Amino acid sequence: MSKSIDQVFPNAKQWLLSWLAGSPSWAIQVVSILTNIFALLAVFLTLFALISVLERKILARIQNRYGPNRVGPFGLFQPIADGIKMLIKEDIVPARADKIVHFLAPVLIAATAILTLGVIPYGRNMTPFTIDGGILFFFAVGSATELAVFMAGWGSNNKFSMLGAMRAIAQMFSYELPLIITVLPVVMVVGSLTPDRIVAAQAEYTFGLVPRWFVFTPWGAAAFILFFVSGLVESNRTPFDVPEGESEIVAGHMTEYSGFKYATFFMAEYIGMFAISGLGVTLFLGGWHAPARVLEIIPSYVWFFVKLSVLLFVYIWVRGTLPRTRIDQIMNVAWKFMLPMAFTCIIAAAVWHYAGRGLRGWLWSLLVIVIVYTALSILLDTRRKFAQRVYRFAE
Amino acid sequence: MNGAAFIVISILTLAAALAAATLRKLMHAALSFAVAFVGIAAFFFLLGAEFVGLALVFIYIGAVAVLIVFTILLTRRDIEKDRGFNWSGVIIAVAVFCGLTWAILKTASLSIVAPHIRALTVKRIGEALMTSYVWPLQCIGLLLTAALIGALVLAMEEKR
Repeated sequence: MSKSIDQVFPNAKQWLLSWLAGSPSWAIQVVSILTNIFALLAVFLTLFALISVLERKILARIQNRYGPNRVGPFGLFQPIADGIKMLIKEDIVPARADKIVHFLAPVLIAATAILTLGVIPYGRNMTPFTIDGGILFFFAVGSATELAVFMAGWGSNNKFSMLGAMRAIAQMFSYELPLIITVLPVVMVVGSLTPDRIVAAQAEYTFGLVPRWFVFTPWGAAAFILFFVSGLVESNRTPFDVPEGESEIVAGHMTEYSGFKYATFFMAEYIGMFAISGLGVTLFLGGWHAPARVLEIIPSYVWFFVKLSVLLFVYIWVRGTLPRTRIDQIMNVAWKFMLPMAFTCIIAAAVWHYAGRGLRGWLWSLLVIVIVYTALSILLDTRRKFAQRVYRFAE
Repeated sequence: MNGAAFIVISILTLAAALAAATLRKLMHAALSFAVAFVGIAAFFFLLGAEFVGLALVFIYIGAVAVLIVFTILLTRRDIEKDRGFNWSGVIIAVAVFCGLTWAILKTASLSIVAPHIRALTVKRIGEALMTSYVWPLQCIGLLLTAALIGALVLAMEEKR
């Protein structure tokens, strides 16, 4: 029974394709691909609508207010109202803008964000796009986002836009390095770039109790934290949202966009957030595996989305809690702390592997990480550089 | 299916390359250059070399195209200025094309039917890089590290 519920979506697709049994193979292939795309879009656009209202609700809760509560029960229909508002707004293109580039930027940014969703395994036999180098595909396609942001900034022919794009590209480039390097230990330990194989490697339970997710090893935990912070930067979320710092540069590269194009940027940002969290779940949190053997009766995709929601909640929580950082602070952390720690994760993973992947390896890799972390924090100690703060008041 | 895909990708790549060479605005040319690279990556996908295709997208779209675009932005004050068509470039391109064609046609390997090769998986590339090509790999790593440090030294503010 639980098995059939677990496989309900792959079976539904098989049933759908069985209608086409007589048609040529390319037609079946095309229909199969289209089904995957439609399922992906339906799920994630719904999730986008849901998370946009939930984010406002949670932020409101953190700030002691109600949040949206007028449209529908508990304000749940707010995204529909927002969508209609965005759709009927006037689409303004600046007279001096580069029309083609200005138009193509939101298209490209949304396309890359949605493409990256394709390689993540959402459940048992539920990877929309199985490819040998899935992890590489994720980052290769994701790297086109930088070009899209640049196109938005340059195409608008606006100084605020250009400044925002420059900031965005600077921080995305800097954090792409730790982001990819923190993925390497997992790839090394599993010996594969295929997301399905990485999930399969985290299937078992130590002593039948603790799941063998990589986040429970010292190198995995360190890499996960670094990955999560880099993911925050890559998706331009608070506390790293200087590219669209509204107190300084209006809305960064989105300044000259209105109506539906602005909504597309907004959607791409959220979809990018889903994708990076989904990859984090796949790499470190055991993908769609249940946290305990008895809980395996609950379908695999439910576990994936539970883990994804937890990560998304942390994203929102961080946004509601932390103030915005300065760009030089962001850069300093990237090059002086994140990058060395990411390399340390690789070494720690190698130590863990060669010490037999057991308790001994666990302790040794913990030792490596603790030593490097302590050394880095002593080296980067900036306490003595801060002078006593002097407040000046108008008299 | 493959033949049709080949024709579509060829048209896309050639059109983008032609646009990169002939478009009046420098920024548009740079962006079409990126599109041409997507086309070339698609060729690698079609040939079953996923890794090479992905690496091409990763490096050329994610890094080189952004670098070119920034170089144009930061060095030219007259991006919008019309520069006219550069005929010397055409002559050089035609000369290089003819030279390459002549060299390829002269080789004996054209008449040999290519043997069937195993699918080029990421694992096989990794094994080759880590066993038979480990010294070239290390040398490239050293060179790139030196280049990185050199760039840092150049960009570092001089202490007064």
